[in-house]
Amino acid sequence: MSKLRMRFSKTGRAIWISHLDLMATMQRAFSRAGSRLKYSEGFNPRPQISIALPLSVGCASVCEIMDFQLVEEVDITSLKDRLNATMPEGIEVLEIYEPTRKNAELKWLAVEGIFEYDEREVDIIQKQLAAFFTRDAIVVEKKTKRGFGETDIRPSIREIAFSAAEKSVSVTALISAQNPTLNPELLCAALRALAPELAPDFAKFTRIETFDGEGKLFR
Amino acid sequence: MDKRLERILPRVQKPARYTGGEYNQIIKDRDEVELRVAFCFPDTYEIGMSNLGLKILYKTMNSLPFVWCERAFAPWGDMYGEMKKAGIPLYALESGDSLEAFDVLAFSIGYEMAYTTVLDMLDMAGIPLRSAERPGLLPIVFAGGSACVNAEPMAEFMDLFVIGEGEEMNNELLTLLRQAKAEGWDKPRFLRAAAQIGGVYVPSLYDVEYNDDGTIRSITAQDGAPEKVRKRIVEDLDAAPYPTDPIVPSTEVVQDKVDIELFRGCVRGCRFCQAGHIYRPIRAKKPETLIRQGIETLQNTGYEDVTLLSLSTSDYRPLGALCDGLLDYCEPRSIGLALPSLRADNFSMELMERLQRVRKTGLTFAVEGGSQRLRDAINKNVTEKDLLNTCAIAFAGGWNSVKLYYMLGLPTETDEDILGIAEMADRVLHCWRENAKNKNRGVRITISTSCFIPKPHCPFQWEAQIGKEEYLRRVNLLRSAITARNVTYNWHDAETSVIESALSRGDRRLAGVLEEVWRQGGRLDAWSDYFVFDRWLGAFERCVLDLDFYASRERGLDEVLPWDMIDVGVRRQHLLRERERCYRSELSPDCRKQCSGCGAAAMLHGRKCDE
Repeated sequence: MSKLRMRFSKTGRAIWISHLDLMATMQRAFSRAGSRLKYSEGFNPRPQISIALPLSVGCASVCEIMDFQLVEEVDITSLKDRLNATMPEGIEVLEIYEPTRKNAELKWLAVEGIFEYDEREVDIIQKQLAAFFTRDAIVVEKKTKRGFGETDIRPSIREIAFSAAEKSVSVTALISAQNPTLNPELLCAALRALAPELAPDFAKFTRIETFDGEGKLFR
Repeated sequence: MDKRLERILPRVQKPARYTGGEYNQIIKDRDEVELRVAFCFPDTYEIGMSNLGLKILYKTMNSLPFVWCERAFAPWGDMYGEMKKAGIPLYALESGDSLEAFDVLAFSIGYEMAYTTVLDMLDMAGIPLRSAERPGLLPIVFAGGSACVNAEPMAEFMDLFVIGEGEEMNNELLTLLRQAKAEGWDKPRFLRAAAQIGGVYVPSLYDVEYNDDGTIRSITAQDGAPEKVRKRIVEDLDAAPYPTDPIVPSTEVVQDKVDIELFRGCVRGCRFCQAGHIYRPIRAKKPETLIRQGIETLQNTGYEDVTLLSLSTSDYRPLGALCDGLLDYCEPRSIGLALPSLRADNFSMELMERLQRVRKTGLTFAVEGGSQRLRDAINKNVTEKDLLNTCAIAFAGGWNSVKLYYMLGLPTETDEDILGIAEMADRVLHCWRENAKNKNRGVRITISTSCFIPKPHCPFQWEAQIGKEEYLRRVNLLRSAITARNVTYNWHDAETSVIESALSRGDRRLAGVLEEVWRQGGRLDAWSDYFVFDRWLGAFERCVLDLDFYASRERGLDEVLPWDMIDVGVRRQHLLRERERCYRSELSPDCRKQCSGCGAAAMLHGRKCDE
């Protein structure tokens, strides 16, 4: 059967499932739903599924994208319902369709974050945060394959806005999804390194939506 | 999710094991149930979620509408530290509620080295360790599992023990507790009533008196408690509940597969083997039942592997029919079928060939003793000829790795027996040279030894343990005898074995030692990452108890043994007879050749053993 694309959300307790464990979880969910995934050939066959942008453990998302192939033709509307009946808590299939675009066209991610400040004045912090991210360059240390390197994350942040809430500041941002990938956790790492007085006591993020290079919805 | 928990999870390894939310977990309304039960497994999530007993009992207890049974595991060191720092008590995975709020804590104790973890989990839940420090009816803290056939080292901590198979017994107990809670009974009244349930052992109802030399003078049952507590069994396994919709962990665990249980008990009667004696009588499931349950479980879980579980898979009579039935379903779906615990003597190559779909992994044989004389003495009915025949077929079929497991310190073992291990390895190597198709790939023969631990309720329950120094001497003897380059020798450290020996045959006075080890930071002692021998030595010293008295001493036949109030169904006479035969290096026929009259069949009320 032809390639299919699934959009799904990973929220609640499921955010703690690692990328590798998620692959096994997906394979089992398909099997429980009575649809077998197509496997790779060779010595150690693996289900042919690919998740467009692997999600960090602890990060939530309502816009995950996974491509897969099935052994047999199925009705994709009923497949969505069958899968949702067999998913662990926190994983929900939003839609399944035949993709028309390549994953490489995915460029920007809308993310929301909550920066928690236990004992600080969030109204003031909110303004300082906004000012911080207007800098021309925000250079942070980033782990690379060859040890540590320096990288400027500013070009990877297309938009960013802050609003104060109860003991926290809400963040909305449009960040680079790939080439380069910006892990939203780096927003906090930048604060810790360059403006420690603004670094939150705890931060969590949710991926909200996927866009292409033109800023149009990516599907 | 608890805010404090949310903040520490990003800092710990594999956080998914601490969150619950897996597929097939059971969620009930906490306000609609009368008893909240925490099934506590004193080891990590990965070990606990691989345990078939947990899967079965989670399901049977939750089948009671007035009960919500949830799970709790011991956190690994990093999470443990974070929870302590953040002040988070031990919580149940399903609801996230702290265990303080629970009515029942039910521990499954499969091995003695988990005892300190039990204490730690109680403490993490904010529950006083000792039964006497918990005067109210609730929570009731009890334990079951194979390490409870001698429950005495944990007697001071537990309100009661369930001895044997828990499918029916646990629910009878919970039904009684429901009544006790509703009618406002006090704890002594509940415990007296619980002691009348078959298989329930209430340690506080037994007075233990000691002789001057430290041995036990007498054990006296009080308040109508039975003099002997006979373990419970499920008579008809085909009719017994088996969960075909177990929880599917969202993170990798040790056994990520469907396990189906072929039979309980063992026809072999190896004299060192506790499991072979305490799980009698032999009760098999029908292949139709197993095939149906196996397929259903595969459909409900999405797993890609099935394992056949039992103490000796080759002894399952309809093994061929079972494998055919399962393979009909599994093969077209690329589902793997694994058969652990095959015997070297009736190893079926054809079967193995069919099962090894992709990879030819290593063969493992538990040979146990280095000479035929010693194997006869321990009633391990494997001959060198059988082993070499099997190896010959395997090598010719392309296998190139063999593991041989032995114990050092078995009763009657001599240096000659130990040297026999090295000789056998040489003969296996020779066998490979003669039979291997492709010698370029080389061969790997691995010998492993562990230190023999005498366990309660088997024919060697009175035996001495050789101790650390003597074990090391024997290890070195064997080491110097192994010369071939292709033979690797691994030996397990004896320190854990010495402590395990003390605990497995210990009495209630060991409560102080366990508490002291725990107070000094002992937990997860089954893991070499956490086991500290000196901590145990120090605790014995501070409690003025002699480690050798418990660990290495041979028990006299006239001694009252700490576990004498527990009856697993096998007669003492049978154990004694088997022990004598050991000293004469005499084999006993297996149960199928000739019933030895061990006594366990009497538990079946007219049904036949091994039918």
